[in-house]
Amino acid sequence: MINEPYPKIYLYRRLVQAKLFIDNNYADNIDLDNIADEAWFSKFHFIRKFKSTYRYTPHQYLTYVRLEKAMELLKAGLPVSSVCYSVGFESLSSFSRLFKRAAGITPSEYIARHQKIKAHMAESPLTFIPGCFASRNGWLKN
Amino acid sequence: MITKMTHVSIYVLDQGRAYDFYTNKLGFKVITDVPMPGGDRWLTVSPPEQPELELILSPVTRTIFSKESVKALTELIKDGAFGVGLFTSNDIFATYEELNAKGVVFTKVPKKEFYGTEAIFKDDSGNWFSLAQLN
Repeated sequence: MINEPYPKIYLYRRLVQAKLFIDNNYADNIDLDNIADEAWFSKFHFIRKFKSTYRYTPHQYLTYVRLEKAMELLKAGLPVSSVCYSVGFESLSSFSRLFKRAAGITPSEYIARHQKIKAHMAESPLTFIPGCFASRNGWLKN
Repeated sequence: MITKMTHVSIYVLDQGRAYDFYTNKLGFKVITDVPMPGGDRWLTVSPPEQPELELILSPVTRTIFSKESVKALTELIKDGAFGVGLFTSNDIFATYEELNAKGVVFTKVPKKEFYGTEAIFKDDSGNWFSLAQLN
């Protein structure tokens, strides 16, 4: 590992630790109130820096990570209720509401849409890739 | 007139390992992941805020190359002969710290240059990329 100092390196490290903490523990009931630790001048300052770096406040980012993971699991065909709880939401209604706001469709509609895409991929994979690559790789013969 | 670039190939030594590197370490999104005839896999990923540019993670072992070419390419990739491109970040120090914490290998730490602040990292195969926050 190369270590070369740059301005406020310790603040960047704490910021990244907070982000990675959310990435790794999103499924648990985590407490974001203590995520800005004493390294920061103020909680407000920390949240502002987090937002300018990651586009979301820590709380919004946690919801974003949970919804992203939920989409992955729904794509894999897992049932809505088990996905909801396994990514850390505590109620099905708030999960569905937040999901719809982010994805534009309900979790069940999302599953249906991806099952359709998956079936289409299995049936005609070549419609998903540029023809020149398919031809060059010898996939057009089959 | 040519309007946009939508697909670019990156030759990787192991597609499964590259999938893990580009998604879990770099945080890229999978755009297309389709099994192809003959056991191949068409796999593309994109930087999180640029879904219209698909990086095709192509295994060097794909049969279009001769055995000799595969061997030569593998050596060149491992040796870091290919600098594939430049990724930008809105906060290079935070991105550097995160990737470093995830074990991504940097051959240059963020440094101020004429055009911005720049670092260089390698993917899991040996392809190198510039990471920059431009002025």
